[in-house]
Formats: sequence, C-alpha cells, structure tokens
Amino acid sequence: MEAASIPETPSAQPPRRFGDVLADNILWVLMLLALVIFFAKDPHQTLDDVKTGLSNGLIWALIALGYTLVYGIIELINFAHGEVFMIGSFVSVSIWQTLNITPDSAILPIIGSILIGLIVSMLASSTLNVMIERVAYKPLRNAPRLAPLITAIGMSFILQNVGLLWRPQPDSSPDLIGSQNDYFHVFGVAIEHSDVFAVIVTVPLLVGLLWFVGQTRYGKAMRATAQDPDAARLMGINVNRTISLTFLLGGLLAGAAGMIYALYNGTIQFNQGFTAGLIAFTAAVMGGIGNLKGAVVGGLIIGVIQSISDTHFGQVWTPAVVFAILILIMVFKPSGLFGEETREG
Amino acid sequence: MSTAVATLRTNATNLRRLLPNWVWGLIFIALAILYPYILDQLLAAPDDLLDASIYTLGLIIMALGLNIVVGFAGLLDLGYVAFYAIGAFVIGWLGSQQFPDVNGGKGIHILTPVKSAFGSDLPGIHVNFFLVIFIAAVFTAIWGVILGAPTLRLRGDYLAIVTLAFGEIVPRVFENSTSGIFGIGHTDFSNGRQGITPIDKINFPWTDTTFRYPLELKPVYYVGLAMVLLVIFLNIRLRDSRLGRAWIAVREDEVAAAAMGVNLVRTKLWAYALGAALGGFAGCFLGTYTNTVNVDQFEFGFSVFILSMVIIGGMGNIWGVILGAIALSMINRYVLKELNGVPEKFGLDFDVTSISFGLYGFFMLVMMVLRPEGLLPSGRRKLELHGEVDESDHIGAESDHELYEVRQQG
Repeated sequence: MEAASIPETPSAQPPRRFGDVLADNILWVLMLLALVIFFAKDPHQTLDDVKTGLSNGLIWALIALGYTLVYGIIELINFAHGEVFMIGSFVSVSIWQTLNITPDSAILPIIGSILIGLIVSMLASSTLNVMIERVAYKPLRNAPRLAPLITAIGMSFILQNVGLLWRPQPDSSPDLIGSQNDYFHVFGVAIEHSDVFAVIVTVPLLVGLLWFVGQTRYGKAMRATAQDPDAARLMGINVNRTISLTFLLGGLLAGAAGMIYALYNGTIQFNQGFTAGLIAFTAAVMGGIGNLKGAVVGGLIIGVIQSISDTHFGQVWTPAVVFAILILIMVFKPSGLFGEETREG
Repeated sequence: MSTAVATLRTNATNLRRLLPNWVWGLIFIALAILYPYILDQLLAAPDDLLDASIYTLGLIIMALGLNIVVGFAGLLDLGYVAFYAIGAFVIGWLGSQQFPDVNGGKGIHILTPVKSAFGSDLPGIHVNFFLVIFIAAVFTAIWGVILGAPTLRLRGDYLAIVTLAFGEIVPRVFENSTSGIFGIGHTDFSNGRQGITPIDKINFPWTDTTFRYPLELKPVYYVGLAMVLLVIFLNIRLRDSRLGRAWIAVREDEVAAAAMGVNLVRTKLWAYALGAALGGFAGCFLGTYTNTVNVDQFEFGFSVFILSMVIIGGMGNIWGVILGAIALSMINRYVLKELNGVPEKFGLDFDVTSISFGLYGFFMLVMMVLRPEGLLPSGRRKLELHGEVDESDHIGAESDHELYEVRQQG
C-alpha cells in the first residue's frame, strides 16, 4: 500500500527518453496491439472473448491473491495453493450433493445452499491452508529457501492424492445458477448467468481483502511483516500469527474461487488445482508478485489471453501459451508489469 | 543425534573401512551382474521383479542426470521430464515406423534388421539402439542448453518455476505436433495422444537378431546395467573434475565463485547440458523398453518423482541418489503392486498404486522436515544444512566423522 512506503525524496533523475519508456512498457504495448488486431479482424468474437476472459480471470485473480499474499510475506511459492482451491471446489459440491440440491429446487434453498457452500468451502480451505503452513513451512522457516519449496510440492502431491481418493473420476457440479443461460446482452455480447455470478461473488471479496490489508490493524501488521519480519517483531507484532493470518486469507479466497469454479465450469476433478495454480501463479507474477492489485489485474489479463488463445490458436495450445508468457515475464520482467512496487503493495 | 543412530553409523563406517573402496565397488558390480540369476534361484516368478529392476535402471540414470543439475550445481529443475520426453521421442523417430514415407517408402536402416521377424518390410527410420542413445544424448544436451540459457539470470524459486513451465510446454508441443510443429509442415511427429508404438527392440550392431523382451528380460537388463555403470563412472569423474568443483562452488555461493574466476554461464550451461543428456540417454532406454512413447508418460509428476529420488537419497551424493532411485522406483513399480490387497483387509476400498504420488509427496515432506540432507547425505551438503544450528554435533567423534566425509567428497 502506498501509505506504508517511506515517502521518497524526489531525486534528480535524467529525463527519460521515449525509447526507455517504450522498453519498460513493451509488454503492455504488445498485448494492446494484439488485442486491437484481433478486434479489427472480428469485433464480435473478440468482445465475447474479452468477456469470457474477464469473468474467468476473476477466478484466477482470487487464487493469484493467495500466491501473492504468501509470497509477499515469506517469499515462498505456496505450491499447494492450487490444491487448496481444488479442495474448496470439492467441499462445496459435496455440500450440495448431501443437501440434495438440484437446479429444480425452489429458489430460496438454492440461494441458501450456495451461501452455505461458499462459507463452508472458504472455511475448509482456509483451515487447510493454515494447517499446511504449520506442518510444511513453519518448521523450515530458517532452512535454505529451496527446502520449503520442496515441502510445498510434497504437500501439493499429498492433497492431489486426497482429491483422487475422494473423487477418482471427474464429477459434475449441480448447475444451480443455470450458468449457460443468457442474462442480458451488451453490444451483442451475451452476458451469461455464470459471468454475473462470478462478478457478484468475487468483487466484494476483492474489495474486502484490499480494505483488510490496507486499512485494518491486522493488515498493517501484515505489511510490516512483509517489509521486515525482524523489525516487525521488535515493534511487538506477533509474526507467526501474522503469517498464519496471511495463509488464512489466502485460503478463504481460494475456497471462494473453488466454489465459483465448480458452478462456473460445471465439472470438477482432482487435478484442476495444478493447472489453475500455475495459471494463477502466472497472473501473480505478471502483476508483480507481492502486489495485490497487480495480482487482480494479472488474473484478468491472463483470463483474456486464455480465451483469445482458445479461439485463435485452439484450446490445445492455450496451456503452452500461458506457460510461455510465464517464462517471458519471469526472464525479462521478473518485477511484473507494474514495475518495482512489490511486497503487499 | 541420538546415540543409537551414532553407534549404527560408526559401525557402518567401520564396516566400510574393512575393505578398500574399489573392492566394495567390485562386490556391488558382481552382485548386480549375478542379480537376475539370484532372482531365478529365490523366486518362482522372478520376471515381475526383474521387469521392475530394468525400469529402475533407466530411472537411476535419470536421477543421476538430475543430480548433476540439482545436487552438484544447485539449480532446482522442476522440468526434468522435458528431457525424458525429448530423448524418448528421438528413439520414437529413429526407431519406429513413425515416418513411413522416407526413402520412397523403403525406409532407412542403419545396423538394424531390414525385415521384421515375420519377413515383412519395415518402412520408416531404423537406427541401431546403440547409436540412437548417443544421438539422443547429444540432441537433448543441445536442448538442455537452449532451455537453460534463458534461466541463467534467475535464482531459487523463479528458476524452479521457469523450468517447470518448460517441462509443461515440451510435452504439449509434442502432443500437438500431429501436423507439423507450430503449423509448419505437415509431418506427424507424435501421433498425438496415442503416441508412437511399437518401438524397435534393441539389437547388437553385428547381428540382425533383436532382443525379445518382454519375454526374455536378462539381455535388456544387462544393456541397462552397462548404461548405468557408464553413467556412474561419468558422474564420479565429473564430480572430481575441474567442472565438478566449479559446480559445487556455484552451488555454495555464486558471487564468490564468480570472483574466484569460475565462468558462471559456462558452468551452469554444462550442468544443464550434461543433466539433460543423461535424461535423453535414459529416455531412449525406457522408450524402447516400454515399447511406447506417449505424452501421458511426460507429466509434471514424473519430474517430481525423479526429484524426490534425488532429495530422499541425498542431494549431491551419487550413491545416495542411486539408493533413492532404487528405493522409490521399486516402491512404485513393485512394492505397491504387491501391496494391492492390503487396504481391503482394513475395510478400505482403494487402489494402492493410485496413491503412489501422494506417497512421494509425503516422503519429500517428511524428509525435508526431519532430515533435509537425505538418506545418504553428501558431507558438504549436510554441513550446509546443519552447520550453524546444531553446533553440539560438531564436537568430539561426530565432528571427526564429518570432516572425514568432507575430505572424501572434496
């Protein structure tokens, strides 16, 4: 957050030339250019892609926030985060299956069960995420940096296997929101129920998180810990509890994302977390890892890139496209699209 | 460290010192050579175990290759499966009927039988296995450099993620290259999800008779064993070479190594190239042994499988890595199958083989938390991990032991 950073005295910098500015923003320029070209070729299809991409991107944004929060505070890629998201999906679908809710149920039970599913999956995922931190990362706080990365991978595999034992086959989620039905049209683009649903659930969560990290005491403690854990400890901040809180927040968002994903896509399977995790991680890196707003924007951009790649290169190439973008950003612009402002900003 | 473990360790060290190292080496080689015959004597149906052992030989080579990158040079590579894929596809291309139209449909045969066992023509490219493994090693080494070059500036977890992404992209490219690569050309390189099958069996260059695995496993076991011994020899020589010492220096402290005149770029690229070459080498062997080259084999899980061998065995220690590879691969390929009836006895209904990856995850986690240096640690690595924390460890007999190990490794 801007409030936390020490105000910098304006230093005498040489005037920036146009070439430098272009080099700094080359990725933005290229992406906009590609979008304009696609739009000129087929405006309607491109608008539709952008819409799908944005609502899909909201889900990635929720997951990406979990990565970026954790990385900002303990500089660890929480590999198991994708699996936490997957468990969120599984929990919510299980709740609907036990409550025996179908799309034919009355409107009140449906809304109620969606709310219950949302809350329970958020709680389950956040508890899980805090437990993962306790078991796999806390004992290695002072170990070499690769050690917790390796336990993170181990944890991710364990959870994936839990998912595999829970639901060996891809399972379908009850279509409670009639996700494919059109809601209304904008510029000839059909806005479906699922898009509206994603926005309704995600936006309050995003705003809530930004408010929490930016405005509350706990958020301040998080930002302080992210900047310098030792100094934060000297200032009387309980660093261990703050780290747990960070994992809790990440888990809450992942659980919500899992619930939305289940309704949005209609199918869930045990390995959805791995791909989703990598995509969301790409989004987090794109926004500058540690940068909350960056993660949200990154998620939206990745969503749009995916849906455009789906139409123009075919779905089979989309994962490769996303991973190629991940490599390009990590190698050429590891600070992300928004420059140097990293760490819980 | 508890006294029991310390005693056990002293006993083990004393036992090892009874005979010179080269005698131990010869004993192990002799055991490995006699192994199929020992199995014949001990088991009624030794083929299952021998099959698992042959597969293990391939994985030992891969684990040793990854050990060069991760253990020696300290570059965490999560995309090692890419090199397995590339090596396997090399034998898929050079040892099957994948390209039926070459040479006007007559096919190209280099030191391989021109006709199949049933007397029919064999179109496609067929190069002798013993040539293909070296072609594949060189080809994957080149790809190791190409994929390694962009990562040179990265460290730690960013490096891990970029290699992971490469490991995901390479199989996707193969999977989708059914009509040219990236839309260039129309050649089918991979048969998509079906994969390339069958793959040519191994034959010696001086004869047209091919091996008859899976019916007869002993010859292919010995080919695998010879490859493993070659790779172990190569690894030991590399570790003690100027390059090997440069790798360890880079692993310990990049800046200090560069200041001492180690060329970082060249050192790291050699690590990628040689690690990748071994992946390709083993990929060929597993390709022909499993008789199929299929993108389903090349998942992220495989990279982690090999990585957990290196970690559990002891990063940077050749013998530890071999031990880790044997343990995990045999668990995966043999023990879990044998245990398949067990959950039912406890009233649980699941397939034991399906939890294998969760099991590796569990091993990795427990290992990292309890014993991050692995089963057979390299002395230097252990000092790194425990150096400052357990200072009590370095007093008295323990410290002598560790200094001894460091000197051995150095």
